[in-house]
Amino acid sequence: MPLVNGGKIADDSFVKLAVDTPLPEGGDILVPAERFLGEADALLKRSGKVGVIWPNNRDIAELVPYLGKIAAVALVFPTFRDGRAYSQARLLRERYNYRGELRATGQVLRDQFVFMLRAGFDSFEVKKQADAEAFMQTAKRYSVFYQPTGDGRVTALHRRMQLRHSEGVGT
Amino acid sequence: MYAYDEIDRTLVNERVSEFRDQVKRRLSGELTEDEFKILRLQNGVYLQLHAYMFRVAIPYGTLATNQLRALAHVARKYDRGYGHFTTRQNIQFNWIKLAELPDALADLAEVGIHAMQTSGNNMRNVTSDQWAGVAPGEIEDPRIWSELIRQHTTLHPEFSFLPRKFKIAITASDHDRAAIKIHDIGLRLIKNEKGETGFEVLVGGGLGRTPFIAKTIKHFVHGRDILSYIEAILRVYNQYGRRDNIYKARIKILVHELGIEKFSREVEEEWQHIRNSSLQIDDEVIEDIRSRFTYPAYEKLPHMPDELRQAAADPEFEAWRKNSVAPHKVQGYSIVTISLKPTGGPPGDATAEQMDALADLADKYSFGEIRVGHEQNLALPHVAKRDLPALWKALDKLGLATPNVNLITDIIACPGLDYCSLANARSIPIAQELTRRFANHELANLIGRLHINISGCINACGHHHVGHIGILGVEKNGEEVYQITIGGRADENAALGTLIGPGVKFDEVADVIEDVVEAYLALRERPEELFMDTVKRLGVEPFKERVYATR
Repeated sequence: MPLVNGGKIADDSFVKLAVDTPLPEGGDILVPAERFLGEADALLKRSGKVGVIWPNNRDIAELVPYLGKIAAVALVFPTFRDGRAYSQARLLRERYNYRGELRATGQVLRDQFVFMLRAGFDSFEVKKQADAEAFMQTAKRYSVFYQPTGDGRVTALHRRMQLRHSEGVGT
Repeated sequence: MYAYDEIDRTLVNERVSEFRDQVKRRLSGELTEDEFKILRLQNGVYLQLHAYMFRVAIPYGTLATNQLRALAHVARKYDRGYGHFTTRQNIQFNWIKLAELPDALADLAEVGIHAMQTSGNNMRNVTSDQWAGVAPGEIEDPRIWSELIRQHTTLHPEFSFLPRKFKIAITASDHDRAAIKIHDIGLRLIKNEKGETGFEVLVGGGLGRTPFIAKTIKHFVHGRDILSYIEAILRVYNQYGRRDNIYKARIKILVHELGIEKFSREVEEEWQHIRNSSLQIDDEVIEDIRSRFTYPAYEKLPHMPDELRQAAADPEFEAWRKNSVAPHKVQGYSIVTISLKPTGGPPGDATAEQMDALADLADKYSFGEIRVGHEQNLALPHVAKRDLPALWKALDKLGLATPNVNLITDIIACPGLDYCSLANARSIPIAQELTRRFANHELANLIGRLHINISGCINACGHHHVGHIGILGVEKNGEEVYQITIGGRADENAALGTLIGPGVKFDEVADVIEDVVEAYLALRERPEELFMDTVKRLGVEPFKERVYATR
C-alpha cells in the first residue's frame, strides 16, 4: 500500500506493531493506542520515532499529554463512509495544536483527499496505487472553500471581504 | 434572488468536473459500484427501480426564471419531459442515463444550479419558507441566513461522512411553512430584547420509522454565532451518533438516547471551544450576502385595483383567487401559489412545457422569480394584484390553476412503488384516486383545510406522520396494506398522527378516507372548525368507530 507524504509517494519509515509484537531495538514504530498508553515511558525512551494508531471511537483528548513527544498520529477510516476521524484530525490540529505527522489509514481513496487535507492530514496510506499516483492532481481539484479549517486555506467569505475592501480603496 | 459570484460559480464548476471524472472512472471499472455509490449519492444520483434518479437542489426554494428554464431543458433533453418537485425543495428527474449526467450537471451549473448533497449521509439542501422575503409580519428574510448556511455546509471537510443524512430548515414567520420541527436542526429566526437577530435552535426532529418532533436545544443563539453553534451540534453528532444500525443513526436517536439536557450540555461544551473562532460572522459578511439578494422595485399600487374588482364577477376566478392568492407584505401585490395537484395527476409533477411557460409568466408578472414549497407546489412571490386576472387565465390554460391549495386534494405524496426501490406500496395512484373522489371544488371547500400525506414505505418521504390524514403503505403477506393516521401536523404546532385502526387494502383506501371526512363533517361543531381541531377536540375514537363499524 503506497504512502503519500508531503504530496509525493514516499517510503514509510514506520513499522506497525500489533498489541503483542516484540519491540524492535531501533527504528520508527507505529503502536496501537492501547499499547502506547500502557507502555508510553518505555516506548518513548527508545531511539526511533514513535507514532500512535488511534481508533476513531476513542476520545482523542486522552492523547494530548503525549502530543509533544510523538512523531506521528495515525487515524483510522474503517471504511471511507465512516467520517469520525475527520473530527479527530481537526481537534488535533486546531484545538491541541499538534504539528507532527497526521496520517490517514484504512480505506483511504482518491475522492476523499481534499477533505482529508482540509481536516489536517498530511500523510496518507492510500489503498490503490492509481489513487496515490493521482494525489497531486486530485489535491488541486478545488480552488474554492467555504469553511474555515486549520489548513489555512482562504475561505470564500474571506476572499469576498478582501475583494470588497480592495474595491473600496479604488472608489 | 441570490446571484452567484465568480467564487460560487467556480466551486460548482469544480464539482461538475470532479463528478465527470468519477463517472468516467465508474464506467471504466476503476471505481467499484460500492465506492461509486456514495460518490453519486453525494451528488443526488440514486439507482431506482427502472433507472437512475437525479435530484437537484433548489436551495431555500428560490428559483430565477433562467434556472426554471434550465430545469425544463434537463427534463426535455435528458429525461422524459417532466420533473417531480419534492417535499424538500428539490426537483427529481426519474429517467436519467448515467453517462449523460455530467452534461446535465454542466448545463445546470451554467445557471448556478447544482445537485451537491441532495442525498447521502451529509448536510442536505437547506430549506426555508417558500414565502421568505414577501410574507407579511416576517422578522427578516431567512434566505440570507439560509444562503450563509448553504455555503458553510457545502463540501464540508469534517461533516461529509456523517452517521446519516442531516437536514436543516429555517423559518422567520410565526406560522411555520418550512416544517422546521421535523428537521435534524430547525432554526426559528427571532430578535432578542436588544433587537439583535438570532435563532431559537431546535434539534432532533425527523420522521422515518421512529418519528420525533424536534426539541428546543437553545432559546437564543446570536446570529454571529450560528455557524459555530451548528458546527458544535454536528461535531457531537459525528463522533457519537450511532453507526451500527442505519435505522438508529439519525441525530434524533442520539438526542433521544442521551436526553436533550445531556445532549445540549455536550454541544454547549464543544461550542465554548469554537464560538470565538473564525466561525464567528461579522455584520459585514452578512451584509455582503444580503447585497447579492436582489429585491423587486415594487410600484406604489392600490389595494384594490379595477382589474380585480371587475374580475370578481367571474366565479371561477374568484374561487381560484380565494384559494391560491395570499397577502403580500407590499400593498397592491400578492403571493400566488400554483397547485401542482391537478385532478388525477401525480402530486408535484410539472412538464417541461409547464416549466417554460411558468418561467415566461414569472418574467411577465413576478419579477422573474419562482418559489418551491415543501407541499410540492410552486409560487409566484410578487404578483401585482391588477395582473391576477390575466395571470389566472394564463395558468388555467396550462392546467396550473386548480383551486385546491391547502384542501383535501392538495396531497403530498412520495413517488412510491411506481419509481422507488425502497417502497413497499404505491403512493401516486392513491393520491390520484383521492383527487378524483374529491374533485368537486365546492365539496373540497366545504371540508376546508385538510392535508393528506402519503408515504409508500416506513421511510416516510411523504411525511405521513404529520399529515392531518396520514396514509402509510406497507407490505403484508405480499399485499399492499395502508395504515391511516389522523391528527398529525407539520407547522409550529407540529404533532404526530394517531393510528385509527388496522390497515386497509389498496382498493379500500379512498373509501376509508371518504368515511373519515364524512365523520368529520358530521362531528364538527361549526363549519369553521377545521378537521385538525375536531380531531383535537374529540380524539380518534369517533373516527375509528365510523370507519370500522361496517368493515
